[in-house]
Amino acid sequence: MKARVTVTLKNGVLDPQGKAIEGALKSLGIDGVGSVRQGKVFDIEFDSADKAAAEAALKDACEKLLANTVIENYRVEIGA
Amino acid sequence: MRAAVITFPGSNRDGDVAKALKQAGAKVDHVWHADTELPAGTDLVVLPGGFSYGDYLRCGAIAGRAHIMDATRAHAARGGYVLGICNGFQIACEAGLLPGVLARNANLKFVCKRQHLTVERADTPYTSAYAKGDVIDVCIAHGEGNYIADPETLARLEGEGLVAFRYADAEGQATPAANPNGSLNNIAGIYSPKFNVLGLMPHPENLIDSLVGGTDGRGMFASLVGSKAAA
Repeated sequence: MKARVTVTLKNGVLDPQGKAIEGALKSLGIDGVGSVRQGKVFDIEFDSADKAAAEAALKDACEKLLANTVIENYRVEIGA
Repeated sequence: MRAAVITFPGSNRDGDVAKALKQAGAKVDHVWHADTELPAGTDLVVLPGGFSYGDYLRCGAIAGRAHIMDATRAHAARGGYVLGICNGFQIACEAGLLPGVLARNANLKFVCKRQHLTVERADTPYTSAYAKGDVIDVCIAHGEGNYIADPETLARLEGEGLVAFRYADAEGQATPAANPNGSLNNIAGIYSPKFNVLGLMPHPENLIDSLVGGTDGRGMFASLVGSKAAA
């Protein structure tokens, strides 16, 4: 079973990398870009097909390691 | 004073801080990150500078969960000294020993230069060899030193006098121009509430020999060794 964890900066936290990417997109002439925030994606494979167990394990993983909850939010999606 | 300097994969300032501690008269043990216990009689744990785990995930995030950090947290909870320098400060924050986060420098540049700091208080185990308000000249070398904390944490740090050092100009003014990385309130280092844990981005261990440009960093190691002798 596959799962995806997305970690993003909380609103209001300065994201200089996102700003730099935003500037680069604008300098490429890509239209309509308002702002850019950079985040991280983790694709994780589970051996078992127990969705509830995977969801609990991923929440634990996010709280303990994958996200720094002082400045980051996380989102867990469990796939097929 | 018996100091345990932890080496993580990617630490690179462990040798320098050991030299600074020995110069001040401390006995130094080198401890591997995968160890689970500190040497008996350890007074001070040092989390040295470097690029532990290649700064993967977030600076200090993986090292902050290393086996030796359980023993380090227990040591801090007993009132033992823990000093985190540069990557060690990042590790201390990730390990929950200190509040806040060291984020990417606001100007996105890795800064490597001499930097003046103000000594915010001289009544701690780390700064007794200095005087309050001293301006010291040390080095900084980091890409992620932008200290961030939520408003409540920041107010608590300021209210309880837990800011250890601030980035300043040569006159000791903590101006925006003297802030190399965007840190809130020019914060360069902070203490735990009992002043036994200190994390700072600058490298006092670089400035311990006039041969390499200055000795303003010596005071921190002399203070630590002196505080142990006085205890």
